[in-house]
Amino acid sequence: MTTLAIEELNVQYQLRNKTIHAVDGVSFSLENNESLGIVGESACGKSTLGLAIIRSVPGRNIVKGDILLDGKSTLKISEDEFTKTIRWKKISMMFQGAMNSLDPVFSIKQQFEEILRTHDNIGNHLKMINDAMDSVGLSSTILDKFPHELSGGMKQRVIIAMALILQPCLIIADEPTTALDVLVQAQILSVFKKLKKEGLSIILISHDLGIISEIADKVGIMYAGKIVEFGTLHEIYSNPKHPYTQALLKSIPKIKGESDLISLKGTPPDLSNPFTGCRFYDRCPHAMEKCKKDPLKTKTETGYVSCWIYESNK
Amino acid sequence: MSQYALYSFLDIPYKQVIIVEEILSVKNLKKYFVNGGFSRQKETVRAVDDISFSIKRGQTFVLAGESGSGKTTVSRLILRAIEPDSGEITFDGVKITNDASSLKKIRTKCQMIHQDPYASMDPRMKISDIIREPLDIHDIDKSSERENLVFQALRDVKLEPEEIASKYPHMLSGGQRQRVAIARSIITKPKMIIADEPVSMLDVSVRVGILELMKELQTKQDISFLYITHDLTTARYIGHVISILYLGKIVETGFISDVLFHPRHPYTQALMDSISEPDPDNLQKEKKIRINNPVEVNTYQGCRFRARCPYAIEKCKQEPELKPLSDRRSVACFVKID
Repeated sequence: MTTLAIEELNVQYQLRNKTIHAVDGVSFSLENNESLGIVGESACGKSTLGLAIIRSVPGRNIVKGDILLDGKSTLKISEDEFTKTIRWKKISMMFQGAMNSLDPVFSIKQQFEEILRTHDNIGNHLKMINDAMDSVGLSSTILDKFPHELSGGMKQRVIIAMALILQPCLIIADEPTTALDVLVQAQILSVFKKLKKEGLSIILISHDLGIISEIADKVGIMYAGKIVEFGTLHEIYSNPKHPYTQALLKSIPKIKGESDLISLKGTPPDLSNPFTGCRFYDRCPHAMEKCKKDPLKTKTETGYVSCWIYESNK
Repeated sequence: MSQYALYSFLDIPYKQVIIVEEILSVKNLKKYFVNGGFSRQKETVRAVDDISFSIKRGQTFVLAGESGSGKTTVSRLILRAIEPDSGEITFDGVKITNDASSLKKIRTKCQMIHQDPYASMDPRMKISDIIREPLDIHDIDKSSERENLVFQALRDVKLEPEEIASKYPHMLSGGQRQRVAIARSIITKPKMIIADEPVSMLDVSVRVGILELMKELQTKQDISFLYITHDLTTARYIGHVISILYLGKIVETGFISDVLFHPRHPYTQALMDSISEPDPDNLQKEKKIRINNPVEVNTYQGCRFRARCPYAIEKCKQEPELKPLSDRRSVACFVKID
């Protein structure tokens, strides 16, 4: 049983003459091994959010907020302790494009052993590696091969196996299927589905609402550093509330094809400017005077939405 | 004008006549690449192997397949960026060979939109110069006129000329850049545009905008498209006719809704299985893709999909031909699936 709670998380990157507000006041919580999907356009801060959870952004960039794993703060403990007790043991991550960062001069087995060595693991290494390979459907004959001998799909499975080797309860997967062929993509998704059934929680970061719908129990829609809508998969997909969510769902061509698709006009705002007001203001079809002030979170059936339209329903 | 004359002679209202003129026809196109250099054993890759198709005027023809299926090689062959081993390409009634006049014809009247709008533009050129370049190269219109044409092209792709023309590519978003690429491709008044995965690098929310723009250009300027993609949902949105490519061979071809909703080839079926639509019911469902783990076979002997095909039979060791099922549908498979 795992619970993860994020409270008012703010992550900023300090550049020479400006500050990028990459994640701005994000809160949500996950219980009972739920899986989460984070959806958003490029540069909305979704990868930064993932990196912050595993403490891979330099500490001083997290300026506010807290991350609680099973009720205990992961930000207040020291870096050493985080590495010893949490990183890869409780939470692990598949980085975006990781399959291309396998070291070309070491065999797959050596790269597995490196992880175990780094974490001072004293167990039956070979058995652990084989178990991890098993769970992603790879045969152990691959272990002696080098990355260039494997196909894209196999490399991606190796990456999943690497994230699973210390048996974490939560895995953060950042765009795990981009740059893969459609068929391979579907196979990777079925690996995730199987792992989820076996009790693993997954935080899936993607821009593809279709892929999210295969894995996520809960979905957070992220726009310009904020989660604008949060709720169960079912509620968000069948009854989207935030105008951005509605627009996103309307802009995806479906194979059975209704033809009234609407594309979003304009571009997301520059995250280096400090904001007041709703960030979707410029692109929103329902924008009104009130939207120049920061929208409050309004409770919905299974989550919340940050939009003034629903404020009056309180 | 002779066309109109004929219709009035036959007393058929012009609008009702479906013009079935072909803009591009490709016959038995072949291109093999030889891999390997000094010490390695040579290996032949049959990137495009005996492909024939034709595109009708004003139509969008989709070439779909995974990476390595040879779809980009086909586009490079059509524009003669590389030399075909054999085969015939006819564009707008002219056979494309290596002589200057036919090359000029295809390279002005058939344009290309590339996949990556971040890589397909010179970062040190202004947008107006990027769009103008084809006019300068092919020496189209007087140079005093060219500025106007650039502005018109920008307006055609729904960009604000005054605002955009003097900018540099890095100042634009991905969607805007792809619009600039489209403006560059329509400036020579092409009859056909080859679009190689034009939306796969873009954000989901702006993809539809680009596809809509392509549709609009098609009706307004009567441009035919060759749409190359691996994404069947956008293909369905924009396409009329589709050919499914697998390892250099067309395995199935026909009207797009026929092919996608009633696939006759196991590979098309697997591609359809692999699509994830944004549907909350997916969460509970198991994802089933009707495909096997690849077994070792000689790829170029017999059916190329045999290694992964769940329906493979003994006969598949022979090579299946692309046979017509009806007058608009062809499939290369020995097995009947439904």
